[in-house]
Amino acid sequence: MTLSETSLKQTPLNAAHRALGAKMVPFGGWDMPVQYRGILEEHRAVRSRAGLFDVCHMGEVEFRGAGALPALQRLTSNDVSKLQIGQIQYSALTTEAGTFVDDLTVYRLAEDRYLTTLNASNVEKDVRWMREHGKGAEIVDLSGETGLVAIQGPRALEILQKLTPVNLAAIPNFWCTRGTAAGEEALLSRTGYTGEDGFEIYLPLHRVAGLWSALLEAGAPLGLVPCGLGARDTLRLEAKMALYGNDIDDRHTVLEADLGWIVKWQKGDFIGREALARQKAEGIRRKLVGFEMVGRGIARPHYPIVVGVERVGEVTSGAPSPWLNKNIGLGYVAIEHAAVGREIAILIRDQPVAARIVQTPFYKRAR
Amino acid sequence: MYPADLKYSKEHEWVKVEGARARIGLTHHAQHALGDVVFVEMPKVGRALKAMEAFGVVESVKAVSDIYAPVGGAVAEVNAALESSPELINKDCYGAGWIITVEMANPAELDALMDVKAYETFLASEGH
Repeated sequence: MTLSETSLKQTPLNAAHRALGAKMVPFGGWDMPVQYRGILEEHRAVRSRAGLFDVCHMGEVEFRGAGALPALQRLTSNDVSKLQIGQIQYSALTTEAGTFVDDLTVYRLAEDRYLTTLNASNVEKDVRWMREHGKGAEIVDLSGETGLVAIQGPRALEILQKLTPVNLAAIPNFWCTRGTAAGEEALLSRTGYTGEDGFEIYLPLHRVAGLWSALLEAGAPLGLVPCGLGARDTLRLEAKMALYGNDIDDRHTVLEADLGWIVKWQKGDFIGREALARQKAEGIRRKLVGFEMVGRGIARPHYPIVVGVERVGEVTSGAPSPWLNKNIGLGYVAIEHAAVGREIAILIRDQPVAARIVQTPFYKRAR
Repeated sequence: MYPADLKYSKEHEWVKVEGARARIGLTHHAQHALGDVVFVEMPKVGRALKAMEAFGVVESVKAVSDIYAPVGGAVAEVNAALESSPELINKDCYGAGWIITVEMANPAELDALMDVKAYETFLASEGH
């Protein structure tokens, strides 16, 4: 079955996107802007100035009560007990096999209150999983009433600062605080999915449109532009941030995804711990690596990765890098071929095109 | 946006008849739908193409699309400038962004293509 256009969900910014000339596409069941003026231009704006993203499609689920911490400790691979109030961590919602139900960020909002942010297309599945395996916590799905916009780029702080009394410079990376933005009560989070400095702003869904236009207006003199999912994808790829459904899924483990840093062995038991511990002891057989094209061509998801005539893996993400001006990608590669510097080839329309495994992230901002 | 002296295909290629040759490119609609073109793969000169055969590939940041030959014939020229400047397809799709010329094998195949009025009606019927 394919989703017809009428069954797609819309964010409160749908009309604003269309008025800005956005090209709309279906994404995770939502009608979302893929680009406005162009992906390359929007990407470069975020790296050099600032970009504004509608991410209202993301899911938000709160865990409340004395059972919140134990439930999250059992459900996720990172150590939630390490979070101070206002602090945020990246984590995995793991299966028994140590693979991904989803990846997520976990916010500690108060003593016994946590917020998780989920991928749009996974919200229903995640909530079902959380309720089944996270007994003892009050689990509240706020996705339908929570709006989220992201402002990203070297000038993001300066622009948002015009609209909030909160001293934004005092918020460290991966911390958040409550405050007003354009007069609306909001959660200001110093996070993002672009590899740049910036903020993600949570507020009631029906207040999003006002904040969106206030930010665009305040940011215009500083070069802020609206950005679609196309630029979001190329930005996150340069920063080697995994995309669920491409680079991570329920068939690849957290360790294979090269995200061992979000697995905290000392924290006690969690779903998938046993499988991951076994895999760690035995050693992983394949690994998510970054590569750049040496020959002429663009790698795309599902293209085979070969060494000689042997198939050694598969591309999970691939695109031209608008900032680095080369063609880059991610893929799972058999561990014996996964070292940085290794020459591989990508089968593009049945022709091997030379590529090389490189250090990641492809792009890292100067701090 | 759609010059009157061209013929058009349902796959959004245009054809300009230049004597026995046909110059082929992508229409404004095609380049707009693709977005920023970042890569073009073209056939070798001399390759014999049948009408409706996929002869090349155009890639935008997100999408990969085949390019079809609106008319058959031997490839006479390819636009080498597209190798280093694929964005010419966005900037000047009917001029510097042309893709190939073919020595037409059967000029009667042109009759199967649309004129500008028919193409605009076709675009409207597709909801564009």
